[in-house]
Amino acid sequence: MIRTRGLRMSYGSQEVLSGVDLAVHPGEVVCLLGPNGAGKTTTIEILEGFRLPSAGEVRVLGEDPATAGDAWRARVGVVLQSWRDHARWTPRQLLTQLGGYFEPWSTPGRPRPYAVDELIATVGLTEHADKKIVRLSGGQRRRLDVAVGIIGRPELLFLDEPTAGFDPQARRDFHELVHRLSDLEGTSILLTTHDLAEAEKLADRILILTNGRIVASGSAEELTRQVAGTAEVRWACGPDRFVHPTDDVVGFVRRLFEEHGDRLTDLEVRRASLEDTYLAMVQRAESGRPAGPVLEEVTR
Amino acid sequence: MNATRHAIGLGLRRGWTEFVLSLRSPQDQGFYLFMGGGTLLYLWFNRNGEITADGQSVPVVAYSLPSILAALLAFGVVIGPAYALAMEREDGTLLRHKAVPHGMQGYVTGQVLYHSLGLLPMLLVILVPSFLLFDDVMARGTSGWLTVAWVLALGLLATLPIGMVIGSLVPGVQKVGTWGMLPIIVLTAISGIFFPIQALWGWVQAVAQVFPIYWIGVGMRSAFLPDTALAFELAGSWRTGTTVLVLSAWAVAGLLVTPRVLRRMARRQSGSQVAEAREQALQWVH
Repeated sequence: MIRTRGLRMSYGSQEVLSGVDLAVHPGEVVCLLGPNGAGKTTTIEILEGFRLPSAGEVRVLGEDPATAGDAWRARVGVVLQSWRDHARWTPRQLLTQLGGYFEPWSTPGRPRPYAVDELIATVGLTEHADKKIVRLSGGQRRRLDVAVGIIGRPELLFLDEPTAGFDPQARRDFHELVHRLSDLEGTSILLTTHDLAEAEKLADRILILTNGRIVASGSAEELTRQVAGTAEVRWACGPDRFVHPTDDVVGFVRRLFEEHGDRLTDLEVRRASLEDTYLAMVQRAESGRPAGPVLEEVTR
Repeated sequence: MNATRHAIGLGLRRGWTEFVLSLRSPQDQGFYLFMGGGTLLYLWFNRNGEITADGQSVPVVAYSLPSILAALLAFGVVIGPAYALAMEREDGTLLRHKAVPHGMQGYVTGQVLYHSLGLLPMLLVILVPSFLLFDDVMARGTSGWLTVAWVLALGLLATLPIGMVIGSLVPGVQKVGTWGMLPIIVLTAISGIFFPIQALWGWVQAVAQVFPIYWIGVGMRSAFLPDTALAFELAGSWRTGTTVLVLSAWAVAGLLVTPRVLRRMARRQSGSQVAEAREQALQWVH
């Protein structure tokens, strides 16, 4: 669905992306993680065809987004961060209007656009369908943005920080919606987020972008395994307390018992979270040291 | 299904929706009433005034009404789209259309229809009370109205693209005043709207005659005024041929330049641009 090679982007003398290689496969939900300013938005905007890269090869649905035509556009969904546009319109009016553009690209296998009422119900805006958009709350407006993004039943969907400003309930509803899109429609999804729990919940694969490069790729579990010391063992032996990171929890704990036996008074095993992994990887990348085994081949 | 034609159809629906929403909006109703009321007040205070030259005279009301209509037309269809485009570039309306197939074609169609329709309430709030309050406003009957119709149409074609180009080029909404409003006000002042252009220096007359406002004014006066008012026109003629020529030239230039400018603007639209504008606007509020 998406493949980039050596994607570079610089604004003036400042290089934002310095050789991004990434791939998204059909039906996959991929989450792009990274600190602020790492180039997540720039990457996604290049893939959406809204921005020209300085160098590198980009293929999205088999075409270069910079030159792709309207037929390509009809297959791609973009969830934008709206702000105050169409203030006087109602969600129903806006969805009907924008959905109309996809009608010429409807096929029996993939009817476009979605029925407006159905979509409004899907994103939970039925009660607000005929309110002026200016009267919607921030969360309702975001749900409308998502509805506009998927109205054309896209094969590939881009979401840039979709849940920023969501309350927990709205967040959960949104996660369900993403699962539904990917399971029922087979939509491939690329999203950016700051929320690691969200990435863990949604993504089949996580990419970590920092300093303009992808430094890691894999499922949350795989990533955690890549960082040395996937777990931390804490124990107390008499009055003394100890902490030791280890990859081999079971073996380590067995040895602990063999060595100390009944003298062990406390034992706690803490698995490294995605957050620990993420912070470790970002730190490693930013300190300029090669990331070692973490830097696996992530292309193709 | 032809996707381009389909998009233009959607654009027309969009323009109509925007127009209906605008008619229902107290803000826009207020704007129409303000413009209409202002014009009528001006005419009312000058209801006994006469403009005289070379022994000929014409009532101020008769001279000013068609001229002011011309100025309001130009003002409406230049500032309207300029402001709308600058605004909708920043608030994400344009980006939404960029994200759907053939969306820009629909968007531009909607803008053209919306701002063209927007002239109707303006004409109504000025013409209807004028006919009730003043005598001898329309000296030419049906043929006069036909002239009004073609001058309106041609004037629209000549000036609307200018608004679109300004809206595409200005760096932000706050700059529409400097790059749109100010030049239009200056041009209106020198285009023989409130007084015959002969009162001005020769070179100013020459500058005014390059731009469409003056010619829309002449066209409108040729529709409303009797030939005795020719004393107040340059060369003592309505110069209908030249009017058609100049306005058509602007229209053709607009049709050639505007799509390119719009495409360039659309190419540059991105989400981060919208986000940036939002942040700046929020700073303005604080």
